[in-house]
Amino acid sequence: MRCKECPEPAIIENPQLCQAHFTDYFESKVKKSIDEFGLIERNEKICVAASGGKDSVTLLYILKKFGYDVEAIAIDEGIHGYRDRTLRFLKKFCSENKIRLRIYSYEKEFGKSLDKTVKKGEPACNTCGTLRRHLLNKHSEKYDKVATGHNLDDESQAVLMNLLKAQKKLFSRQGPKTRKIKGFTQKIKPFYFLKEKEIMVYAFIKGLNVPFSECPFARLSYRSKVRDALNKYELIYPGTKENILNKYLSIRSFDNQETNSCTKCGSPCSGLECKACRIQQRIASET
Amino acid sequence: MEVFIEKTGETKNVSFSGTAKALLESLRVNSEEVIITRNNKIITLDQQVKDSDSIKVLSVISGG
Ligand code: SF4
Ligand SMILES: [Zn+2]
Ligand SMILES: [Zn+2]
Repeated sequence: MRCKECPEPAIIENPQLCQAHFTDYFESKVKKSIDEFGLIERNEKICVAASGGKDSVTLLYILKKFGYDVEAIAIDEGIHGYRDRTLRFLKKFCSENKIRLRIYSYEKEFGKSLDKTVKKGEPACNTCGTLRRHLLNKHSEKYDKVATGHNLDDESQAVLMNLLKAQKKLFSRQGPKTRKIKGFTQKIKPFYFLKEKEIMVYAFIKGLNVPFSECPFARLSYRSKVRDALNKYELIYPGTKENILNKYLSIRSFDNQETNSCTKCGSPCSGLECKACRIQQRIASET
Repeated sequence: MEVFIEKTGETKNVSFSGTAKALLESLRVNSEEVIITRNNKIITLDQQVKDSDSIKVLSVISGG
């Protein structure tokens, strides 16, 4: 298979491009998302929510390459055999690329690691995600925006998950840029329109060598089932994921926002107390 | 040929000649979820692979 732009062999079938043309395509697609959705202004200070996986590492790499003022924040949930490994790589990557990295752990912040909070064999992602978003928000106050590595796959899965669970209010967390709300650092997703396969190909070309590592809880998650199903669909009906996002963007509305402030921590929430505070109380009562 | 499967960390020894697409099908791997390298260069699914090649099936899914 040849590149559709030149006689070189293609390295990916969709878009059908060689290494050089794919690199151009990838970088201009990220730039286009940043410009079109107003994700970053030149004078802004950005922090990347970094896990040490290929998406966030590639995001750090490309934002730095584009010359943005970028730092990294990582959350150490305390997942043995997984997060310790990804963070080891992240530390090395950040020090080699002169990116300031700060790490906050569940152990220090909540008194308990995720491993000790969730029983083996039980789903952990709900608790894990809520606490991580809480810490990220808390520690990103001094930045203009938090950039995450969420890609077209993650986001189309999220749209579908919300539909399947009929959780309308979560729709407001999606899209390439979240709305400005008091108490929340605005989130941006420069990879919103790129598939994880494309990110992987770019990371490979750039020799980022991010080791693959899978969270032991991931297999139990609802998301992993939705992901498998969506990937099967994509194989039969190419373009499914992109269609989901485009449809979502065309009907997205911002009503149903969290309008109260949590009486404990002040974070925006829909009731009296936010979910992160409720989980923390549960953790404390279990010791 | 040696096929390294990143997701499980195993290296399989299989006798195979055909397209990368057919190789993935025989391994029951969805091509949406991986990229394939032949002798450390990325190849597309229509490329031929043979016993003397060193193949890696790299996982593209985020791990967590
Ligand atoms: S897969 Fe679930 S438990 Fe593991 S890091 Fe992600 S959200 Fe947390
Ligand atoms: Zn080309
Ligand atoms: Zn709270």
